[in-house]
Amino acid sequence: MKRPGARRDPSEHGVRRSRRQFLQQTGVLTLGIYLAPELLPCAARSAARASDAPNDAFPLRPFEPNAFVRIGADSSVTVIAKNLEMGQGVFTGLATLLADELDADWSDVRVEGAPADVSRYINVALGMQGTAESTSMAGAWIQMRQAGAAARALLVQAAAALWGVPAAEISVTNGVVAHQATQRHTRFGALTAAAARLAVPANPVLKSPGQFKLIGNPFVRRKDSHAKTNGSALYTQDLKLPDMLVAVAAHPPRFGARLTSFDASAARAIDGVVDVVQFSGSARMAGGVAVLATNTWIAQRGRDALQIQWDESAASRLDSAQLAERLSTLALNGPSAGDTARIALQKGDDAALQGATGVQHEALFEVPYLAHAAMEPMNCLVALTEGAVSLWNGEQLQSADQAAISARLGIAPANVRITQLYAGGSFGRRGNPQSDYLLEAVAIAQAAAAQGHRVPIKLVWTREDDMRAGYYRPAFAHWIRASIDANGALIAWQQRSVGQSVFADSPFAGEIKNGIDPSSLQGSAEPYEIPNVRLELITPTDIGVPVQWWRSAGHSHTAFATECMIDELAIAAGVDPYRFRRGLLASRPRQRAVLDLAATRANWSSALPARAPGERRGRGIALHESFGTCVAQVAEVSVEKDGTLRVDRVVCAVDCGLPINPNVITAQMQGGIGFGLSAALYGAITLKDGVVQQANFDAYRCLRPSEMPQVEVYIVRSKEPPSGVGDPGTPPIAPAIVNAVFQATGQRLRRLPLAAQIAAVSD
Amino acid sequence: MRTFMLNGRAVTVDVDDAMPLLWVLRDEIGLTGTKYGCGQGQCGACTVTLDGHAVRACQTPVARVDGRTVVTVEGLSDDKVGRAVQEAWRRLDVVQCGYCQSGQIVSATALLQTNRKPSDADINAAMDGNLCRCATYARVRAAIHEAARRLAS
Repeated sequence: MKRPGARRDPSEHGVRRSRRQFLQQTGVLTLGIYLAPELLPCAARSAARASDAPNDAFPLRPFEPNAFVRIGADSSVTVIAKNLEMGQGVFTGLATLLADELDADWSDVRVEGAPADVSRYINVALGMQGTAESTSMAGAWIQMRQAGAAARALLVQAAAALWGVPAAEISVTNGVVAHQATQRHTRFGALTAAAARLAVPANPVLKSPGQFKLIGNPFVRRKDSHAKTNGSALYTQDLKLPDMLVAVAAHPPRFGARLTSFDASAARAIDGVVDVVQFSGSARMAGGVAVLATNTWIAQRGRDALQIQWDESAASRLDSAQLAERLSTLALNGPSAGDTARIALQKGDDAALQGATGVQHEALFEVPYLAHAAMEPMNCLVALTEGAVSLWNGEQLQSADQAAISARLGIAPANVRITQLYAGGSFGRRGNPQSDYLLEAVAIAQAAAAQGHRVPIKLVWTREDDMRAGYYRPAFAHWIRASIDANGALIAWQQRSVGQSVFADSPFAGEIKNGIDPSSLQGSAEPYEIPNVRLELITPTDIGVPVQWWRSAGHSHTAFATECMIDELAIAAGVDPYRFRRGLLASRPRQRAVLDLAATRANWSSALPARAPGERRGRGIALHESFGTCVAQVAEVSVEKDGTLRVDRVVCAVDCGLPINPNVITAQMQGGIGFGLSAALYGAITLKDGVVQQANFDAYRCLRPSEMPQVEVYIVRSKEPPSGVGDPGTPPIAPAIVNAVFQATGQRLRRLPLAAQIAAVSD
Repeated sequence: MRTFMLNGRAVTVDVDDAMPLLWVLRDEIGLTGTKYGCGQGQCGACTVTLDGHAVRACQTPVARVDGRTVVTVEGLSDDKVGRAVQEAWRRLDVVQCGYCQSGQIVSATALLQTNRKPSDADINAAMDGNLCRCATYARVRAAIHEAARRLAS
């Protein structure tokens, strides 16, 4: 395939002389990529990115045929991305769709984040503006292509009028509009003024897949690589506005504690501390005390110098070891007083579920709380104005956050203006169900204003604040009992799952139907054909530790339980685990093909060569479908004599429909595996007497470079509509490893994290 | 008052001697490419070079850099090795969220400045302090090898 943009890199060396001169003359359209134009001059100064951010406003009206693209008189193409770029490559993906239909030169394409405006930027799958559940590309598949095709049609029409030739004879290739017979050609810029006066076609003709140049092209490169390799990419943490103060807040030591009193004299004595404010909480967010200072370091020191008394009479005193015991007991024995088991799915025959036929096997699987631990701790910049508020944030759920903030301020949601910035990771955290850190930033800005500081406030959480703030992936216990008939076929699956709801008591509570939070069970017993299935859910409501979705949401734990159990059943039935799965997918060719692809590429049936003496090696397989994307992984592990586990290699097959950006898909599988591996090996947030025991990366261990396995990714060449890839790479890795450890050692692990659970062997 | 060379230019700052270089760079000088990730020297997002050696800026009081030479991600393109690393990163599309990448790139550059042909073990030793929650590690490794190849040719 052709390498788009290979002949020149727009961002650096290859800007053609004419274009550079044009930019110098007019300053048009290379606005700082993520800034609201009205705020550009000061922000550009502060962010030290003057080299690629001229400060001039538009001298000419750009061509904006729709909400998703702007074409400048300099022929630059700016794609407006409605989704948050948090690493998953969505800016590149959205731009690929639009630019392909526009027949733009990839090197002319830039991307900027859309403002919060649900009327233009709704994510239909979520029913609001936001980025979650790997829905972005599926939602954009037609919409962004139509936006590009409409712009292309207008440029062609404008050229036809200009040259007096039929539009049908005009071609567009790599950003050049041409009429071959008369040998005329021009770039987009010369046509934008005329195109802007034409009526936008409602249903532009879209390409057929055979005509794609960028979609599916493995050589298309990310749009954010340049800015993220020279320090110029702008994150919330980096933004500085005139007169801005940095706020660092003191949070309660236990969930549910309330501020009683505080002494700020030591904090105020620190040079550079401007003020100390008490901010009020709400049902959605704990109040506290914040130190306002001229820089982050001083604000942190000021916060640490505060003397605070907390009322902990209503605070959680949870011990996570006791919680695990309680969840497990409920999963094994069913509900006790105060808890209700609700049936989420019942199909087939009750007698079969009770084990009337076949051989029964049962197991209990347990997972802990997990922190998201994005590299950029949570933060938000707020500027309050009369009747409105402006926020700058790596913004994941615009509509929900607008609603929460507008309710607090008593203003219309549309007056909560949000400028989209890059997020330094999120894994779900920035889409908080209670808008927690955003409301905290707004509350601090309100308190600051009440004390006379009517200035922009940037709330910055430290790593410790971030890790102890709660909103963890909930701890879960899954008990599963299954039956295998005399032919080795899986005939019954009964599962009782216990864990907190992430939707409960949130604006998303409407998702809970008949007491069942669908994200608690999503993916359980899937994607297999099992004739008799019963899924029960117990949702404790008295735990007091805030929980939230985490990369792949419920799939992060249901896949672990399901795929470990399937493996155990295969062993119990005396069938190869790959063949056993295959046998349960007779009428599911898509899932079966993904499984086959991973097994084939991993040489599943070959023996794993031994390496160091005494080292035990094993191969494990897992298959899981989430958010419409099916992923199979084969993990190869080594276990040393002392029980030390190393994951050597992972072969990953993915079917995400028609692959839009193979390079991004591969990266998301690699990254999703690394993220899931981190959690599988080490991830756990624990509490003692209500206090979170981990505060930084020393105690919350994450995967290091030397622990990253070799990952091979194989993408199914599907022609189905695309689905997402941000989440689905994560769920299969934990069970694939567990199943590999069993092959290596004969030891069945059923609790995460795995580290230190593997038994040593003597010589 | 402390004066040091920063990306080829002398800068003077009038701040508390204990103020970590990280915050001097970000909040006082306005070079925000160097990131805050943990404040304890555990994640490597704040890596800069001090007289050519990779250091964690969050653990480096500004007094310690007085009279010395600091290079941040913003200054890497002035140097042949730094440029090669950045270009390799772009060719291989290493970045995802990008937040840790300044530190990754500075650590990789410091490695290649002293070791033009690092083995995987050398890379592990030099890079294990640079966390990436997006787990871009495989591409980081590949990009270092790629930069080494280009520098050798």
